Amino acid sequence: MRTRVRRIFASGEPFIWLTGGALTLSLLLVAGLIGLILYNGLGFFWPRDVLRATLADGKILTGQIVDREPVPGAVDQHRIKLKVANRDLYGADFQWVDEKQITRREYPPDIAVIERTEWGLLIGVLKEVRDGGRPVAVGAGATWDEVQRRLPEAARVRREIQRIETDAIGVVNAQQEKIRLRLKGLELRGIGQGPEAEALRAQLAPLQEKYALEEARLVALRTSQSATVVVVADGGKEKELPLSQVVDVRFPNAMSGVAKSAYYAGRVWEFVADDPRESNTEGGVFPAIFGTVMMVLIMSIVVTPLGVLAAFYLREYARQGAFVSAVRIAVNNLAGVPSIVFGVFGVGFFIYLVGGSIDRFFYPEALPTPTYGTGGILWAALTLALLTVPVVIVATEEGLAAIPRGAREASLALSATKLETTLRVVLPAVMPSILTGLILAMARAAGEVAPLMITGVVKLAPALPLDGTWPFLHMDRKFMHLGFHIYDVGFQSPNVDAARPMVFATTLLLLLIVVFLNLFAISMRNRLRRKYATSAV
Amino acid sequence: MPGAVSVTASLKPSASPAPIMEMPMVEIEHLSLWYGTKIALKDISMSIPKHRVTAYIGPSGCGKSTLLRCLNRMNDLVDGVRIEGSIRMGGTDINDPGLDVTDLRKRVGMVFQKSNPFPKSVFENVAYGPRILGVRNQSDLEGIVERSLKGAALWDEVSDRLRDSALGLSGGQQQRLCIARAIAVEPDVLLMDEPCSALDPIATAKIEELMLDLKNSYTIVIVTHNMQQAARVSDHTGFMLLGELVEFGVTRQLFTNPREKQTEDYITGRFG
Repeated sequence: MRTRVRRIFASGEPFIWLTGGALTLSLLLVAGLIGLILYNGLGFFWPRDVLRATLADGKILTGQIVDREPVPGAVDQHRIKLKVANRDLYGADFQWVDEKQITRREYPPDIAVIERTEWGLLIGVLKEVRDGGRPVAVGAGATWDEVQRRLPEAARVRREIQRIETDAIGVVNAQQEKIRLRLKGLELRGIGQGPEAEALRAQLAPLQEKYALEEARLVALRTSQSATVVVVADGGKEKELPLSQVVDVRFPNAMSGVAKSAYYAGRVWEFVADDPRESNTEGGVFPAIFGTVMMVLIMSIVVTPLGVLAAFYLREYARQGAFVSAVRIAVNNLAGVPSIVFGVFGVGFFIYLVGGSIDRFFYPEALPTPTYGTGGILWAALTLALLTVPVVIVATEEGLAAIPRGAREASLALSATKLETTLRVVLPAVMPSILTGLILAMARAAGEVAPLMITGVVKLAPALPLDGTWPFLHMDRKFMHLGFHIYDVGFQSPNVDAARPMVFATTLLLLLIVVFLNLFAISMRNRLRRKYATSAV
Repeated sequence: MPGAVSVTASLKPSASPAPIMEMPMVEIEHLSLWYGTKIALKDISMSIPKHRVTAYIGPSGCGKSTLLRCLNRMNDLVDGVRIEGSIRMGGTDINDPGLDVTDLRKRVGMVFQKSNPFPKSVFENVAYGPRILGVRNQSDLEGIVERSLKGAALWDEVSDRLRDSALGLSGGQQQRLCIARAIAVEPDVLLMDEPCSALDPIATAKIEELMLDLKNSYTIVIVTHNMQQAARVSDHTGFMLLGELVEFGVTRQLFTNPREKQTEDYITGRFG
């Protein structure tokens, strides 16, 4: 018996099973996680059919089935979760119904699902279109025709209003603020009166005129939008909805598979390219994508030279010994410090000390409103650069250690100096390792949330850190980030149930961005590897 | 042949200057070298004649590579090296702290045991040294590359793939490329540290033939494990043992009629 056991062990078979099993388990866990995200995230945009359920007590519920589960404590009974929407009418988006109570299920084709700028979805039957209170089209068919006729114009006006609010008025505001700050700066220097100040004040008047003009245009545009659509929801409740608030009307029950797919693609695009609405639970996540990618790029620009130079000193110039070993161990252990600690350091050092000093010296006129002395994309990126610099140092150092001595000696023997050797031979050869470090650093930075929460990420940023007003790149601005967006939508939103699918979709997007960034860096690394493959001997 | 060595000969001081009556390129006097506290070269004196091939032979660890690396101060790269004595080249002591080591290495090229072309194109490998020396003009570079590759008897094989990676060449071609790279800066002395130890016999024969060509223009110092190789290519041979230069003389004489017992034991295969 014992010899048999020994023989089995000697054959190595159990070890193969052990290693294979460990790999399988890890893969299964990861695949399960990704599967869950894919299932929940991708399903979010599909236009589900709308069920009209008649209950035993005669009540009618109209909504999309989003979940089904066994009734707790009952055998063989299920209940379904209906998204009835119409939050403004019913107070809640979701309703649980025992399947046993449903006496009739139908999917009427005339039920409209309306996406609007406020209050989430509206589900009901179109009744009429009114203009200035007078009905202009009555009945489901006529109403739909009229809505279709008027919707593009309404959307155009809505975009125009948004453009005036953010761009036109925003620019005027920015200019006014700039003049105000310059006036304040003059006052601080004790020349609040005089020709210079007068010239500035003179500039203010035309700006105010411009502002009034835009304001008037806004009012005119808003009042021109007098049309409303009336929708009848469950229980005969009527909702009169201004057409200007309608984003999109659809009839899921009447849509074909192709139409649904087209609609799905449109929704995905909207999610990726639009601004969020309704405290982030509706609309898109474009600002968060932009903020994430930009923050990661700024971080990369900072962390790569810093980490590479540090690694070069450690490996190429420092005398190897106990001290350098201690530094190396310390650098490796830095990677284990909780990220929130880096965040706290970022707040204390970058924001208060560095940012505060910048404000005192360069923006005294804006004080006490901080310019750089508050969270912003620059400080967040620097904090994350600090967090990820050990990764780059370690990867670069390993690359340097792997360069064959012969390559350096060959260069030195050709009368190159150490610097020339470093730049012409060592640096190209270590480039793939640097990129490996950068890949790891970017993945870590893109997924990090905790330090960002206190160094510049906000729930909703009014403007992107990159725009058309001088100096184009606004490093002091707060920004949105997908990781924080997930946390915010999933745990801080007033309507968690409605927002949950959004969490998965956002997670999926974040994953895709990390994959995309990595693929880019990996392809670059492979190109460099082929170009600078170190000699085989 | 073995009996030809007298007992008194082996008692002579090992550092006695060899009786070579040619124009010296490098003169080594009382050179000793320590790695930390360990002595690696003991009181070596000799002179390396101009436009000749000088070979060092000896068992592993005898210090022949260390001696070779003294000639272009490659030992500077090793921590804790201490050198005494002098190495004079054209009247200057190359260990002078005021001497720019890159100037020395311009005059003393080196070919290593493992062929170590840069992971660049054939052209860039050869042009590396001239570029370091400040040659920018493309047509000048092209001329240098062609001349060097011809000098290393490699031109015919690679002239149509100068832009391809040097790592795609065969082992022997890579080693000849390293020779071309070394002679591209037109040094006076060419050091070769066991240049054929990783090559097959045919590639070895090509490089040996090349060395006989090159000695018309360069002074060659070669370290080799292979006694036949030393006998074939060198004009003078030094036998080293445990950091000492046991015997140094004209190759034919050293192999046929060694003065020292240890040399005889080594070349007849009694140890080593």
